[in-house]
Amino acid sequence: MKLNINGKETELKVSDDMPILWAIRDVAGLTGTKFGCGMAMCGACTVHLDGQAIRSCVTPVSAAVGKKITTIEAMQEDKVGKAVQTAWQKIDVVQCGYCQSGQIMSATSLLRQNPKPNDADIDAAMSGNICRCGTYQRIRAAIHEAAEKLA
Amino acid sequence: MNDMINLSRRGFIKNTALVAGGLVVAFSIPQAKRFMGVANAAEALTLPAPNAFLRIGKDDSITVMLAHSEMGQGIWTTLPMLIADELDADWSKIKVEHAPAAPSYVHTAYGIQITGGSSTTWSEFERYRQAGALTRALLLQAAAKQWKVPVEGLRTENGYVINGTQKLSYGQLVETASQLETPKNVTLKKPEQWKYIGKPTKRLDSADKINGTAKFGQDVQFDGLKIAMVARAPVFGTKLKSYDDSATRKIPGVIKVVQVPTGAAVIAENYWAAKQGREALKLVWDEAAHERPDTAQLLKQYQALAQKPGTQAAKAGDIASASKKATQTVSAEYVLPFLSHAPMEPLNCAVKISGDGCEIWTGTQMQTTDQASAAKILGLKPEQVKIHTQFLGGGFGRRANPRADFVSEAVEVAKAANMPVKTVWSREDDIKGGFYRPMFLHRASIALDKQGKPLAWQHTLVGQSIIKGTPFEGVMIKDGIDATSVEGIADSPYVKGTANHQVHLHSVQSDIPVLWWRSVGHSHSGFVMESLIDELAHAAKQDPLAYRRQLLKDHPRHLAALNLAADKASWGKPLPAGVFRGIAVHESFGSYVAQVAEVSVKEGEVKVHRVVVAIDCGLAVNPDGVQAQMESSVAYALGAALTSEISFKDGNVAQSNFHDYQVLRMKDMPRVEVHIVKSNEKMGGVGEPGVPPLAPAVANAVFAATGKRIRRLPIGDQLA
Ligand code: FES
Ligand code: FES
Repeated sequence: MKLNINGKETELKVSDDMPILWAIRDVAGLTGTKFGCGMAMCGACTVHLDGQAIRSCVTPVSAAVGKKITTIEAMQEDKVGKAVQTAWQKIDVVQCGYCQSGQIMSATSLLRQNPKPNDADIDAAMSGNICRCGTYQRIRAAIHEAAEKLA
Repeated sequence: MNDMINLSRRGFIKNTALVAGGLVVAFSIPQAKRFMGVANAAEALTLPAPNAFLRIGKDDSITVMLAHSEMGQGIWTTLPMLIADELDADWSKIKVEHAPAAPSYVHTAYGIQITGGSSTTWSEFERYRQAGALTRALLLQAAAKQWKVPVEGLRTENGYVINGTQKLSYGQLVETASQLETPKNVTLKKPEQWKYIGKPTKRLDSADKINGTAKFGQDVQFDGLKIAMVARAPVFGTKLKSYDDSATRKIPGVIKVVQVPTGAAVIAENYWAAKQGREALKLVWDEAAHERPDTAQLLKQYQALAQKPGTQAAKAGDIASASKKATQTVSAEYVLPFLSHAPMEPLNCAVKISGDGCEIWTGTQMQTTDQASAAKILGLKPEQVKIHTQFLGGGFGRRANPRADFVSEAVEVAKAANMPVKTVWSREDDIKGGFYRPMFLHRASIALDKQGKPLAWQHTLVGQSIIKGTPFEGVMIKDGIDATSVEGIADSPYVKGTANHQVHLHSVQSDIPVLWWRSVGHSHSGFVMESLIDELAHAAKQDPLAYRRQLLKDHPRHLAALNLAADKASWGKPLPAGVFRGIAVHESFGSYVAQVAEVSVKEGEVKVHRVVVAIDCGLAVNPDGVQAQMESSVAYALGAALTSEISFKDGNVAQSNFHDYQVLRMKDMPRVEVHIVKSNEKMGGVGEPGVPPLAPAVANAVFAATGKRIRRLPIGDQLA
């Protein structure tokens, strides 16, 4: 199966129904995207499919054929993604860090659609991403910070 | 603590050497205490590995070796701060690594290699500073030798030794320093000389954790490593009788199926194949005549037990005669559920066994017991088992298992499969997999005098012991009392301050595996105690803050936290319509935390708007880290207070994933304000002490809002 991952055409030997998460982690070896629940309940596995945030744990690779998969590993080259990462570091958001790839992918997608989100917008867009370390308050602050820097 | 420390007297050994192009500073400290009764640990302690806490490279890099595991709590930054201050290091040159599992890295107070009990910073406060100071002294001597000048005229700054206008970087001095005698004495800096300690410092692991490069156990991959998923018993304590893997073996990517003590393991090329393979297994469990726990039944059993005397954990005075003088008596029963830790990273453990040893890659909080357990399974010596500690995607106690469950299992799987494997738990495996915060029931009866002060306090707890059946039993259970069951009650200032009191414990036996969950016994006792105090204040017709102040008048650290939180939350001042306050204060792990929660209740839904936290943890080495841990504790505890519960139905765990084991999400995160008490008192921990006061502060606010007393967690739909 041919998949476009972070701008590279990649040939992967996987079955059609394998979720994108396992194709990129276990087969392509890109481990920045995390597994947290496997049923679209936690957001740890969030990647972008043609720029849209999706839960890769429940999206089969067949749905990605002909589309572009973008993962956390490519966020440094993305204007919005980079701004989000910079804000994350400035606010010192991370704790254990395990959820943060997914948080950053969701936040980046939010800011692309809504460059000036208020707290309610953030709550609505980010409540699908669980952080067991409870970094939510800092995530909120960092999204505002990134929005300001991008404006 | 800032005095001259005589290193040789304290049992330091001279052990500096030039290895891998760097200076290794090593010393050992007297071991001891809490866990020294661990049989296997004693074996592990004979390992002859060097004890290196810091390594200076010829390239000027300074690598700090962590004796503890980074699981979000921030020690990846805090411990280097301790070294950097004494070493006058260039902060930008600091690198950090997890230390291997070796006796040199055992906890200075607990005697095994462990990250737990909110103890890393206070327990390493001297050891890491000494390592820094010792190294600085060596570098100064090396420079003196190189320049042929007296050491007295030299100084250090930001990674250099300086002599007037001359300077040498630490990397340039490594070679000479490694040939010198370790100094006998070092003088630690005075607090006013600290550059890092006490200053808000940004995390050193931040960059790697936002770009996907940080390696967690889950991310370990190497050639030949296969993925394993284990089908475990649905009813705790039952065994696999037989299995049929004919359908499993037909699934592409499945390599084989092996039986292990915990069940049947499917070995596959990737997670997806392993998962499908496991679903296709036909399993027969030996469930006949086995206990099938049921939460409703357990509750009845616990309630009945609470009526009977148990094992005595504390006693003073005479309850019966004191009660006769009472004006009124408050009696209440509190129930708290089993809880899963649900760290964000599901459990996993990679194992590679070779002829004369075994390597393990995982995120663990308890290297010593993991190493000993692996060695026992494989018939190896502990030092033949190498543990590569990875970042932990959250721990909260789940990865500190004296039974080494997930590590032992992975070793069994690798051994049976005869190939390197990484076991991966699904979220369902995690939620259903046990090692829960035990369910607890408290029954209290408190007699009050005319002024509303407690005259007699009778308290009975019912719940499973965490320690019983573990290697720690000999040390941590005294006279039938597991201290972790009654902490926060038997030693509570309220109970001990009541002249007539009695605390009894019933330790229930069950196959349900239980474990410490962030704040351990305090996770239930803090809620019960601070809710009860609120009940007493109400019965005494007193303001909850004033009532606490009176009972805690001889407890200055409780008071300092309580007053700071109340002050910052403007206790007693008007709030927006429909918003109410609740307050709580609780000591745990040597720190004192007070919280004021602002809450509204609409159509049975509890909304927490703001939580004001005050903590006295003694010196706050990294105040920003303390703040982050308080925010984290509020979120962790609030999810549990509002919605989390593990329950049993006909022997099976009723929950399976985040849809029915609900934890806090962004939309329910309150604004959290953290205030640190300026304190020169003994240092305490910060990872856990923010958890216990949250649930009672919220529940007390719910009482203020609705008049309904929450005596059962989670709050769930009790207000609907
Ligand atoms: S792993 Fe995909 S949403 Fe949780
Ligand atoms: S930082 Fe640990 S789960 Fe979010």
